[in-house]
Amino acid sequence: MAVTATAAVDYTTDQDGASTTGARTGVVAGFGYLAVGTALGIVFVKSEVLSWYRIQEMFRFQSVHMFGVIAVAVAVASLSQAVLTRLQARSATGERIHVAAKLWTPSGARYWLGGTVFGLGWALLGACPGPIFTLLGAGQSVYVVPLAAALAGTYLYAVVRGRLPH
Amino acid sequence: MSVSDLVASPWPWYVAGTLIGLVVPALLLIGGKPFGISANLRHLCSLSGSRLPFFCYDWRREGGWNLLFAAGLILGGWIANRFLVTPGSVVNISSATAQDLRALGITDLSGLAPPALVSWAALTTVPGFLTMVVGGLLVGFGARWAGGCTSGHAIAGLSAWQGPSLIAVVGFFAGGLVMTHLVLPWIF
Repeated sequence: MAVTATAAVDYTTDQDGASTTGARTGVVAGFGYLAVGTALGIVFVKSEVLSWYRIQEMFRFQSVHMFGVIAVAVAVASLSQAVLTRLQARSATGERIHVAAKLWTPSGARYWLGGTVFGLGWALLGACPGPIFTLLGAGQSVYVVPLAAALAGTYLYAVVRGRLPH
Repeated sequence: MSVSDLVASPWPWYVAGTLIGLVVPALLLIGGKPFGISANLRHLCSLSGSRLPFFCYDWRREGGWNLLFAAGLILGGWIANRFLVTPGSVVNISSATAQDLRALGITDLSGLAPPALVSWAALTTVPGFLTMVVGGLLVGFGARWAGGCTSGHAIAGLSAWQGPSLIAVVGFFAGGLVMTHLVLPWIF
């Protein structure tokens, strides 16, 4: 049985969400996701967080840069979500904003073990999934190799997941 | 900091951190979506027609928005590289890191990653293959096993006080430290 994060959209208590989302709103939202992704890609380049060197520097504790980026991002995101929750905000497409919950598994093994495997790859490749996409756009065509390898890793997980502890 | 500095120089961590943090409420406000990039790897496997049960879902409905977001990441990389970067600039890492890397035998510290590890020419070398292929495999496998990557667990998860994400992030760092300090000296 798949144990994944619940969707942020609370469909069960917000039945009208789908009906208020017209095709036009969907197109506008689509441009919104594209625009936010574009902005994030620019930030990845301008802050150098997509660089192998910055990841090495982080795992060697030799600069505040990556730790500062992550810490400030978490603080800003946390504060923003607290405000949105307090205001009982709705999204532009009409859904009630509901912050996702990651599900505990009985042993938590997927988080310990999966996280460690991801960390091994993060330090070796020097890029996590977001920067892989941005590096491709920034003209680093060789990152199609890590992208293909990451897709193969995802596929391999799908093949063996029934035999892995979660 | 003037406008021309914004174009010429790298952005400091507090500017980058603030902007990355704002992605979380932006996605929630547009369509109630949770920030998480590695799910796109699953969506890409699903849209390529895999019949494995893990990939049998409506990727357009579940992941269409996120694939548009990833397309934006590519577009943003292109725009920044084309208009917002001084050509030939190097990543100004700390001298301690540069010294450590040279001690490992990585002497060319140009570009965004060492050419000896990440380049087409390096693909047929053992360190290059391990970095690009094995590194990518571990990232894809680990992200799906853990149910998220840096964006989904470290940014979105931690900011929403999710215990599972904290465990995953501890795992990210445990794995990264083992790779950096125990495995890399042996590979290079």
